[in-house]
Amino acid sequence: MTSTVTGIGAAVRRKEDQRFITGQGHYTDDIRREGQLHAYFLRSPHPHATIKKIDTAKAEKMPGVAAVLTGVELAADKIGNLICGWAISSKDGSPMNMGPHPALAQGKVRHVGDQVAVVIAETLNQAKDAAAAIDVDYAVLTAVADPAKARDPKAAQIHDNAPKNTIYEWSLGDQAATDAAFKNAKHVTRLKIINNRMIPNAIEPRAAIGDYDAGTDSSTLWVTSQNPHVHRLVMAAFMGLAPENKFRVIAPDVGGGFGSKIFIYAEESVCLWAAKRLKRPVRWTGERSESFQTDAHGRDHVTSAELALDAGGKILGLRVKTIANLGAYMSTFSSSVPTYLYATLLSGQYDIPAIYCEVDAVYTNTVPVDAYRGAGRPEACYVIERLMEVAARELHVDPAELRRKNFIRKFPHQTPVIMAYDIGDHDATLKKALEIADVKGFGQRKQEASRRGKLLGLGYSTYIEACGIAPSAAVGSLGAGVGLWESAEVRVNPTGSVEILTGSHSHGQGHETTFAQLVCERLGIPIEQVTIVHGDTDKVQFGMGTYGSRSGPVGMTAIVKALDKIEAKAKKIAGHLLEASPGDIEFKNGKFTVAGTDKSLAFGEVALAAYVGHKFPTNEIEPGLKEGSFYDPTNFTFPSGCHICEVEIDPETGHTKIARWTAVDDFGVLINPMIVEGQVHGGIAQGIGQALLENCVYDDDAQLVTGSYMDYTMPRADDLPSFNVGTTVTKCPSNPLGIKGCGEAGAIAAPVALINAVTDAVGSEDITMPATAQTVWQAIQKTHRQRKAAE
Amino acid sequence: MPTVTLKVNGKKQSADVDPRTLLVQFLREHLRLTGTHVGCDTSQCGACVVHVNGHAVKSCTMFALSAEGADVLTIEGLANGSALHPMQEAFRENHGLQCGFCTPGMIMTAVDMVKRKGNDLDEETIRHELEGNLCRCTGYHNIVKAIAAGAKAMKSGAKTGKAA
Amino acid sequence: MHSFTYHRPVNVKAAQALLAKAKDASLLAGGQTLIPSLKLRLTDFDNIVDLKAIKGLDKIEVKGKNLLIGALATHGAVATSAVVKRAIPALAKLAGMIGDPAVRNVGTIGGSVANNDPAADYPGALLALNATVITSKRKIPADKFFKGLFETALGKGEIILQVSFPIPKKAGYAKFRNPASRFALVGVFVADDGKTARAAVTGAGEQGVFRSKELEAALKKGFKPESVAGVKVSANGLNSDIHAAADYRAHLIGVMAKRAIEAAA
Repeated sequence: MTSTVTGIGAAVRRKEDQRFITGQGHYTDDIRREGQLHAYFLRSPHPHATIKKIDTAKAEKMPGVAAVLTGVELAADKIGNLICGWAISSKDGSPMNMGPHPALAQGKVRHVGDQVAVVIAETLNQAKDAAAAIDVDYAVLTAVADPAKARDPKAAQIHDNAPKNTIYEWSLGDQAATDAAFKNAKHVTRLKIINNRMIPNAIEPRAAIGDYDAGTDSSTLWVTSQNPHVHRLVMAAFMGLAPENKFRVIAPDVGGGFGSKIFIYAEESVCLWAAKRLKRPVRWTGERSESFQTDAHGRDHVTSAELALDAGGKILGLRVKTIANLGAYMSTFSSSVPTYLYATLLSGQYDIPAIYCEVDAVYTNTVPVDAYRGAGRPEACYVIERLMEVAARELHVDPAELRRKNFIRKFPHQTPVIMAYDIGDHDATLKKALEIADVKGFGQRKQEASRRGKLLGLGYSTYIEACGIAPSAAVGSLGAGVGLWESAEVRVNPTGSVEILTGSHSHGQGHETTFAQLVCERLGIPIEQVTIVHGDTDKVQFGMGTYGSRSGPVGMTAIVKALDKIEAKAKKIAGHLLEASPGDIEFKNGKFTVAGTDKSLAFGEVALAAYVGHKFPTNEIEPGLKEGSFYDPTNFTFPSGCHICEVEIDPETGHTKIARWTAVDDFGVLINPMIVEGQVHGGIAQGIGQALLENCVYDDDAQLVTGSYMDYTMPRADDLPSFNVGTTVTKCPSNPLGIKGCGEAGAIAAPVALINAVTDAVGSEDITMPATAQTVWQAIQKTHRQRKAAE
Repeated sequence: MPTVTLKVNGKKQSADVDPRTLLVQFLREHLRLTGTHVGCDTSQCGACVVHVNGHAVKSCTMFALSAEGADVLTIEGLANGSALHPMQEAFRENHGLQCGFCTPGMIMTAVDMVKRKGNDLDEETIRHELEGNLCRCTGYHNIVKAIAAGAKAMKSGAKTGKAA
Repeated sequence: MHSFTYHRPVNVKAAQALLAKAKDASLLAGGQTLIPSLKLRLTDFDNIVDLKAIKGLDKIEVKGKNLLIGALATHGAVATSAVVKRAIPALAKLAGMIGDPAVRNVGTIGGSVANNDPAADYPGALLALNATVITSKRKIPADKFFKGLFETALGKGEIILQVSFPIPKKAGYAKFRNPASRFALVGVFVADDGKTARAAVTGAGEQGVFRSKELEAALKKGFKPESVAGVKVSANGLNSDIHAAADYRAHLIGVMAKRAIEAAA
């Protein structure tokens, strides 16, 4: 194979697929350790209660039981709490109110599913049988699930250090300028928005195996993680579970993450801790019902939003007030999601002179909420794109036209909410989407559908998002406890094959293929000779992991930087071998040549020479060919695009069928268009899921109603259409590859396109996500009643 | 403990099992065939689909003892030696998988689908037939494409693995 | 799952003997409901009597004016059976709408009927078709068989052997699915035996499957969609949950009834 078919831009079939299609993948639960024990967690059935007493005596005597552990033993061993690593301050300057989050409850449970005790036994059945024999004496407290009600002084007080359950009251933007803009407005569009709570539902449940080697006092953790080094860092530095230098974290094949496997959870912490106590491997694999009760949920905002426009439809200002539900505890990055990942994107694709956003984050007796595919950006996109659509309808202008009127066309563009957009061409994506969606023919299709008794609706979403998170100093100034660079090491072997050690982690994204394509392009070697190594702290130098669509723009750029160093050194060595000055050496298509001569060396020959070290002065050039890089991005990247959704509604039942879905995205340069399309498809499906099907429901007593697939609607194949996907390209100026990131775009753009289409079809803006058949039917009934009353 | 005797991927297997042992646990833990996955506890995700006596079955919802005397085919037995089954090939060719976790169940379901519904499968049929298989990564778009292509490829007379 | 003793009788007699002897026993047919319930520890039994090894209980045949379906016939077998498609096509269609293909390959009519899940499909068909449940002890008319949520007329040790369906002139089924579980949010089965029309509703009733008085009264005007157009079904006694309030279910009963008649064959 030549570099032209495996390099950048080629739809290379994935290298990793062989093991997955033959059942040879190695997910955490597939791994067995000699002498392993099974952990089973006893979880709270109450959303809020104090624990008066836990009697484990009977359970401890049950067959096969090795240990029953509770928060008492955890405290005795001085294991630290789980933490949130992003400090957000309130607008009055006070720090956020982070309540304690022990891996096993200490004195109190705060949500259904909170872990109360763990039984560790020879078999899982024995552990479960023993867990049923633990006697917990609870004093049940009142509970609250609704974020708006949580701030009522009479509501349940969840953490002592957070009065009125308030974590922070944060703001961004210029309040005075925004208020002034509204004073000058000719038209104001106002909306109340609920961004519904999502349960991530990677199909592989979370799992962990802790292991301890007493001989070397070293620990190993296999865990379903999107960022094994971050796991190791937090568990070592903050929880004190093992010293970082004697602690290996392995994230093997991981069956989807979508954010939920970024975070450090109680279960893996307990497995590691228990393994050390018992000197035997301890494993845990979540059951789906546990995933529902413990995987960090997503979204859950209540928002009021106002858009001020002048007489000509130009936006003057945007005012947003959001209450964000963070659940019972602050998960690892929870604080950043409704703040810097949300309010900073409220400007959308538009030139908005003034924006002011307030966000109040609250505790409730629900599962912690953290980043879920898109994290903050789908919520922002939903706010601005709902406002635009409704404003267009109120002003009786074409929604595409109103958007065009306000598009940013000069780059770079500084928004009033931190972000400096580097590049984009919103007219191009909109134009192409209008063509692919055949919006011109919509009127005719609507008439035809009407003859069949169906309602057709069209909805837009012209989105922008921020990926490639992020310049370390920038996020540091905003409160991040870590830098968000990425690392890479390029190891060229003496035989000319190459291993790339990357701090990014692939759990479906196809890095083993796309990262290899980059290497093929640069080094001109066959793709079979490139191996991507990731997910193991003993192999990879360090890494910040994969989330926020950062593996392309940040992770791959780190590889580019290391490859630059490889090329520079190899040129020096080639110069000696070819008896020419390094400046005269050219490297192209895997060959080093001396400019203007026919003298050349293949990449493999130089690699071998580098390790043999016979033919160059090793006092000037070290032997070997291995280089590393820690790359810190210079800006976020800003993928943008236009999604157009066309729905057909059966007014008799309220059922919505997606008739057409068009997505045109500008992701900059594409490394592998096949994989990019796949990412877009998956993102759209999750976005449609949120808007049409999925909803995490708690009742008034904070019991989880949607605790299984019997009640939580996962998108199935027959709920979805095939997608019409196109791209346009503006090359990202912030990284040498010109790429922007594509993992979250679909989930960001899709929900609002769908709701804009459904509200268009029904003729009512009063439809909240998810637009279930009942919701739509009720809206239709209400519209009918209003029309009748008006007649 | 009672004994179960059955054939898995063409090979006779016999083991003493706790009656609670599900077929999927027997495959994964006793036989260490870990290609068959567990993604839910309510028989909905389909990650555990295998063939029992030629029919697609959710192996998380069948006791190993109930499979007494049965002929079981798992993802590990689908390929004919090193030659992939056409449905496996179609999933790779059409990028019908991302994280790979639902993939074995999807492929086993797809092969069963072709057996029942033939080699010319339209999109609507495929989507409807996938009712019992969840994928969170692909949005199903490429899975649907892969199954249509795999179904056609199966017509050209490829071998269907070690069992039955 | 709690531990249990597993039994695998090879004939009905042996199964009956086991049930008579064993305390706290459950029959296991397809297990598509029982096994998940055991796994989630929602239920437990000391003895599980697996019927899989009993031969001949999956037979499907027409005898005289009746379609007889063996208790162990899978939903997949019923859905694809040429005999069923000829005799009562709506029943084949219904079977093809239960669960998903892998569930249909295992789940059985006997198990579904014995379980009487309020959102299951079969109970509606049995009621509307005026079927008879033939057990190891007696024959029970469908009207007397279903006794509320998950309750039936089956006594201890009684095993369903067959369900006998009088072949109607026309019958139809329409189902609006719960978007999550895909069980019936509302399912309406209508049948016309030439003299009277019956209509049964599943998924909607607080007490499980029921015959709709409103629909049956309306169908006296003739077995045609227009007869049920505009029929007001009362929301009293209907379920309300996160997926559908009672008034929406009441509305859907009317819509599904119309569609079931339109689809009837």
